Amino acid sequence: MDKIRALIVDDSSVMRKIVERSLRQAGIEIEKVVEASNGAEALAALQKNEVDLILCDINMPVMDGLEFVRQVSTVDSAKGVPIVMITTEGSESHVVQALSAGARGYIRKPFTPDQVKEHVLPVLGRKP
Amino acid sequence: MSTDTSLATRSHEEDWLPVLELAVEEVFEIMVGSRVKPAAQSEIKPQGGFTAMVGLAGALCGVLTVRCDAKTAHQVAKSMLGDTADTEEQVVDALGEICNMITGNFKNKLTGADNRCMLSVPTVISGGEYSFHSLADGNFMETVLLFEGAPIVVRLQLNK
Repeated sequence: MDKIRALIVDDSSVMRKIVERSLRQAGIEIEKVVEASNGAEALAALQKNEVDLILCDINMPVMDGLEFVRQVSTVDSAKGVPIVMITTEGSESHVVQALSAGARGYIRKPFTPDQVKEHVLPVLGRKP
Repeated sequence: MSTDTSLATRSHEEDWLPVLELAVEEVFEIMVGSRVKPAAQSEIKPQGGFTAMVGLAGALCGVLTVRCDAKTAHQVAKSMLGDTADTEEQVVDALGEICNMITGNFKNKLTGADNRCMLSVPTVISGGEYSFHSLADGNFMETVLLFEGAPIVVRLQLNK
């Protein structure tokens, strides 16, 4: 399988590391990980880096994850890149808002590597 | 659980402590890789160390805190990250995220709370020389859990 370039957006550096580890545990080979601690940083990172997958928290300072997802399409190189939310916000309304804004998957924290595998592989066009 | 009664009222009528304890146990088992079990309240409580806080606003208002000593906080971070967890910044970050996930997991287990209650980003205080004052009367629940033999205190203070 091809190696992927991932953008991981979370205000917790610990959580960014755990998400990266979970991707590897899901059997996803990673060429590069770009990290951002909020939506605004993530948009700036997308101007400089092409990625194949975006994993994004919701509750973050400066710009939250839902607003980031709404604005991703303003970055040409990021159009069509699959976005999976990874968040403590588990409400139906948050799921609906995220999917309506353009997210392709939704994982609730706490999460297992198997859940990452189940939700991320399909959006990469791979079988879980 | 009914969604007709307000959450503030339900917090007085229903016993949410088992829900809170389950939320804590799940977070530690899944994200820290360790089983924690409620301990007797009389067991020794942590001195100093770190206190992580996440606020709730909306249908349910209050603050959830997670408190443990410094050694335990370092061990929690190490269990989450492996041997790479060696700075205080990482320890603070890890404990804040644990508190965030416990609060979210607890909220998600209460029918009717998840859609109408928002969480703040975490805040972490280091040291133990402080007093906690809530500005509104309300009830609270507290549980002490043992993580590798050391106490971790989880407290949910709810405003009226």
